[in-house]
Amino acid sequence: MMALEEITLPEDGTVVRLAPEHKFIIDIIEDGSRVLDLGCGDGDLLKALKTKKNIRAEGVELSEECIQACVAKGLFNVRHGNLDEGLADYDDKSVDYVVLMNTIQVLHRPLFLIQEMARVGKKCIISFPNFAYWRVRYQLAVHGRMPKGPRIPYEWYDSPNIHLTSIMDFRDFCRTANLSVLREIHLHTTARGECKIVRLLPNLFSDEAIFLVEECRR
Amino acid sequence: MSTEGSVGIVETKYFTFAEAPDKMELEGGHKLGPVTLAYETYGKLSPSGDNAILICHALSGDAHAAGYNSPEDKKPGWWDIMIGPGKAFDTDKYFVICSNIIGGCKGSTGPGSINPETSQPYCLDFPVVTIRDMVDAQKRLVDSLGIKRLLAVVGGSMGGMQVLQWAVSYPNMVRLAVPIATTSRLSPQAIAFDEVGRQAIMSDPDWVDGKYYGKSSPSHGLSIARMVGHITYLSDKSMHKKFARRLQDKAEYDYDFVTDFQVESYLRYKGDAFVKRFDANSYLYITKAMDYFDLPQTYGSLKNAFMQVKSKFMVISFTSDWLFPSYQSKEIVKALRQNDIDVIYTEIKTDCGHDAFLLESEQLTRLISNFLKHGKRRTQQ
Repeated sequence: MMALEEITLPEDGTVVRLAPEHKFIIDIIEDGSRVLDLGCGDGDLLKALKTKKNIRAEGVELSEECIQACVAKGLFNVRHGNLDEGLADYDDKSVDYVVLMNTIQVLHRPLFLIQEMARVGKKCIISFPNFAYWRVRYQLAVHGRMPKGPRIPYEWYDSPNIHLTSIMDFRDFCRTANLSVLREIHLHTTARGECKIVRLLPNLFSDEAIFLVEECRR
Repeated sequence: MSTEGSVGIVETKYFTFAEAPDKMELEGGHKLGPVTLAYETYGKLSPSGDNAILICHALSGDAHAAGYNSPEDKKPGWWDIMIGPGKAFDTDKYFVICSNIIGGCKGSTGPGSINPETSQPYCLDFPVVTIRDMVDAQKRLVDSLGIKRLLAVVGGSMGGMQVLQWAVSYPNMVRLAVPIATTSRLSPQAIAFDEVGRQAIMSDPDWVDGKYYGKSSPSHGLSIARMVGHITYLSDKSMHKKFARRLQDKAEYDYDFVTDFQVESYLRYKGDAFVKRFDANSYLYITKAMDYFDLPQTYGSLKNAFMQVKSKFMVISFTSDWLFPSYQSKEIVKALRQNDIDVIYTEIKTDCGHDAFLLESEQLTRLISNFLKHGKRRTQQ
């Protein structure tokens, strides 16, 4: 699993545990935005965004334990929900950013959810592990083994990941879903757990990608 | 009695208002007065009055939510697991009020009370009361205690209906609202079970059109109503766990119609115990109040109903509750969200069915104590 960094928020002393790629998300989101985090976990990203960017934070989460953790952090807009059921409760363009971190690969219907996200959010931020990363390819091509790594840590028989994708595939997917890509951030995680921007051949050299997308205007 | 984490010995108090001619106007158009509400309080009201929590009880509950009324009491109040020093409703921090309801039979004005105009029990002359009437009466009680704004209104099942009505009727008085295992309107299935209960009572020969006070009461009908109710409070799984197909005090079937199975014995015991403490007419009135409760119908839509609401919400449902299923809580959450109201929603995993709100103390305790802690800070007056 990815190492999480513990950060004490100077504003109110709360400790949040952030993944290295979270800081890129925090950079994208403007002050005072309304943010819906799908699969918000323990609410760390929302709490950090609330403190640093004064956002209006909303989260959807499947795990009861995680909701408990969010309530303990003083988040007032988190709800139990299954993302595979879509976002029927949310009106069109009712939030500024819908965030889906490292989750698309476990969804049963990724196309359905991404279209729901684009309907509800003015912009969407999606991050996912890049399955075309060279180490992944190497494990399969040279060793003939199902790939494993910090971003995809599971045994094949025990993996929640059913829809893994690559950066190139995801671009096609955005076209299919009628989304325009506003920005792509390609990351490489170093052995020390830091995230570096990749500029050369991202589909080969980055292990994680962040896409900022919006619904195509017709 | 046990004193560990308990509020100890508490006294039920009574508040009377709406003396003639200033009778209380009811939603159905009738007037009622005087009206008495039984209530209990635990903990101390802070000097600024900002720590008061109102607990609303369910169908068969009463004002005695915590502690013991006398040292001889074997059982504490109905939500003692949640109310007391160090508990979810920490009486070292909060001033907790539990009020009985009008229409009830546990010290408040109901069909068994004396009608001042006839000096006889009201019986069925008692006007039909609604959830809104119950809440309006509680509002008068809260006013009389000198509380301008409640930190929280909390309740499960029918108590949760009162929570919703409180937030709708008195938006400026409710800072935090916690409706648990509840709905903005009963499903036809739930109404159907209520009707079976009512028919059981009304077809008891001792019911005599509700005029049984001072005579033998329709205990058989009320007991059956309670048995039906209990089935709806449990779940298939919890009944498997609790009783399986075990036999009661025997090894083989008797091939007759006395009690064979433990589940039969349990239901009969619950039914018999209930008739000792509850009035059949009150059961009719209160179930009717639940059946009539329909926020979407009353306000045009559930979204409209919540238009003026200012409280922060925490909505809680239970996975195995088929009487007030989770989809009904989700409807509440959706309508709150459409009005931009802060709402936390949790569906607690449990096999205990609707009854879970009275039992599942650990998860509820964590959720509620954290919500109260942060909510108190974030809704400062």
